Amino acid sequence: MATVAEPLVTRGAMVPIAYSVVRTRRENHDNWTLELEPLDAAIDPIGPGQFDMLYAFGVGEVPISTSGDPEQAPTLLHTIRAVGAVTKALCSAKPGDVVGVRGPFGNQWPLDEATGHELVLVGGGVGLPPLRPALYQALVHRDELAGLHLLYGGRTPRDLLFTRELETWRARSDMSAGVTVDAGDADWHGNVGVVTKLIPSAPFDPANAVAFVVGPEIMMRFTARALLERGIPAERIWISMERTMRCGIGLCGHCQLGPTLICRDGPVYRWDEIAPLMEVQQL
Amino acid sequence: MSETLAAGDLGALFGALRARGYRIVGPAVRDGAIVHAELSGPADLPAGWTDEQEPGSYRLKRRDDEALFGYSVGPHSWKQELLPPRVRLWQAQRENGDVAFDEELPEDEPTAFLGVRPCELAAIEIQDRVFLGGRFQDADYAARRSTVFLVAVECGEPSALCFCAAQGSGPGATAGFDLAFTEILDGEHRFLVRAGSPAGESVLADLPTRPATREDVDAAGLVVASAARAQKGRFDAEGVHDLLLRNLDSPFWDEVAERCLSCGNCTLVCPTCFCTHVEDTSSLDGATAARDRVWDTCFSLRYAEMHGGNTRPTTRARYRQWLTHKLATWEDQFGTSGCVGCGRCIAWCPAGIDIREEVAALRTTEHSALRTREEQHAHA
Amino acid sequence: MRTLDALITESPVFKGLLPEQLDLIAGCGKNVVFESGARLFREGDPADTFFLVRHGIVGLDAYVPNRGQVTVETVGAGEIVGWSWFVSPYRWHFTGRAVEDVRAIEFDAACLRTKCETDPALGYDLVTRFSQVIVGRLQATRLQLMDVYGNGG
Repeated sequence: MATVAEPLVTRGAMVPIAYSVVRTRRENHDNWTLELEPLDAAIDPIGPGQFDMLYAFGVGEVPISTSGDPEQAPTLLHTIRAVGAVTKALCSAKPGDVVGVRGPFGNQWPLDEATGHELVLVGGGVGLPPLRPALYQALVHRDELAGLHLLYGGRTPRDLLFTRELETWRARSDMSAGVTVDAGDADWHGNVGVVTKLIPSAPFDPANAVAFVVGPEIMMRFTARALLERGIPAERIWISMERTMRCGIGLCGHCQLGPTLICRDGPVYRWDEIAPLMEVQQL
Repeated sequence: MSETLAAGDLGALFGALRARGYRIVGPAVRDGAIVHAELSGPADLPAGWTDEQEPGSYRLKRRDDEALFGYSVGPHSWKQELLPPRVRLWQAQRENGDVAFDEELPEDEPTAFLGVRPCELAAIEIQDRVFLGGRFQDADYAARRSTVFLVAVECGEPSALCFCAAQGSGPGATAGFDLAFTEILDGEHRFLVRAGSPAGESVLADLPTRPATREDVDAAGLVVASAARAQKGRFDAEGVHDLLLRNLDSPFWDEVAERCLSCGNCTLVCPTCFCTHVEDTSSLDGATAARDRVWDTCFSLRYAEMHGGNTRPTTRARYRQWLTHKLATWEDQFGTSGCVGCGRCIAWCPAGIDIREEVAALRTTEHSALRTREEQHAHA
Repeated sequence: MRTLDALITESPVFKGLLPEQLDLIAGCGKNVVFESGARLFREGDPADTFFLVRHGIVGLDAYVPNRGQVTVETVGAGEIVGWSWFVSPYRWHFTGRAVEDVRAIEFDAACLRTKCETDPALGYDLVTRFSQVIVGRLQATRLQLMDVYGNGG
């Protein structure tokens, strides 16, 4: 993987920029979306697939993908799962609180690759938020696509994200949306089973499809396999990788996966390029 | 053009550097090792000392002459100065719901590095690529780097562990310095001096040198040539990148993992290792917060910790990460090898693991595995 | 109104069947419709049929004391429901329920079992196809078991 080309002197890339929490929205039992506005200077516009390092005052920093509409810049939307000290602090932020933002970092979903093709978005669990900006952009440029499809799998119905939006997407005539859960409940009247099960019968033509996949690594592996079996070539499947990050700017070494730095060369990777690295255990 | 400086006149170098406002850091004997310390004059240099290094061992030994730079390298590298172990990145104040972040940059403190070995020049160049060559620069490193004056001293006395010649980073200094010195002990104790930059030429002009004779130049060349010759056959660097990346699942890693303590000493002494992590702190009243950048090591168990687990929980995986990064994937990430052949990781490893031997062992392991498979096919 | 043959080959499971084989299988099939909520088959009952779903979703439920009916998996358009028909003891392991309105082809398993006995080539072909169905389900089930979205996924 090539080193990044443009030398851009950015002093203070480790210093957060102050953003104010405008609104918080509880998406489900352990996920919140923060809506942030810059207090003064804003970061550069963030594209689908990219991430910011979000700082909770005095607690710490975590990398979180953008989950918002790029057209809404400079407003930032980040959907966060409360799993550790920092994310719990961020998820309990109130309007008016200040959150530190560094970014945008990483590369973007290659929406250009989808022009003229059918775009298939497959999200597993908290993999849906990083896909949502791509979906928004795809809807804006819908006439440039041959088709648009969303496949989303969650653990149980109460773990699903963006449920109201999911309903509007399902109702649209210019895209298809399939949702499934690993385990249903008494009120669930939809698909039960892993998200890969939605692939064989999803209404897209694999010969003309481009897929973006996000979810736990093992879900992405199984999904890529199912997409390949369906007939989408490996060069048209893109995934989003994750590793521990401390700086987000390619200088601390933590996010290495073999020859690639995920914060710099990723997090979006083409399947045929990243798959060999994912096969080596504990790489 | 080369000049010759008598060893007794080395004090003039200190004077010229100080006159230009530089603080001088160079080799000094401390606690049984030659480390980097602030120097006030030539008397602080480790005159008459050399080092004896073996895997897992470093000892100082008295020479029978008064060579000022007659050793190889000690546990310190110049990353101690350019990438200090702990650096404050910023402080933040929270008041009335507003937060102000104040970046902290290092004080302007021009420093002259005296006694930079060619392998260390190469290491600085490698770290320059990491911290200054990408899309995002490290502001702290850039600030410190911009006020440094490099006085290289070529090697005449490689340790048993040195393999800079195999890595193409020494023992001669060709570029990247302001001044380069070569210590000549044959005959008059003197130095051949070359300038490598306008700043170096300016300082050189202030030194009581005489033009170098043919003899001086040859003597200096001999010093470097014999240092190179002494390293013959120490490390086969041929195809190391591909060798390592072909063998990520080799049983070789299990064997070395049995010896490796995962202590991280190698990463501490390595002049190119650059991994850091951040420490976020806050005051008890929650009004102020700060972030420090501190050295980290990929051997730490917590290095690859992610929510929900650890992507490198075994020593085997962490040792593999370190060695393949150093000798292989560093090239993919930054365009050069990460290793300059200084041998520090070998001396300072408590288990005495020698990466030159390990690479050779991997070649053998791969070769035997291939032979075994060929034989199996032949008999099939 | 399309023929049964044409409807059967819509499914990936039956793709590539020879015309004679297709006729044999179609001879055991008929179109059926289930309203949302209706039960297709009950856990424990003799497995005399299997279904090829054409439209809608069939849920496979198990009764769990204290939890009631739990849907372990759903099966949709183009998929097969039921393989217990050719594996002894030929009894349904789950209850099948129409989650939405379902249109399917119902196959008479006894009829098909007899035809397989007299035509081993057909039998082998069907076993191969159904094995693929089972393997696919097994892999999906294993992925489900791994609970990858749980905390730490």
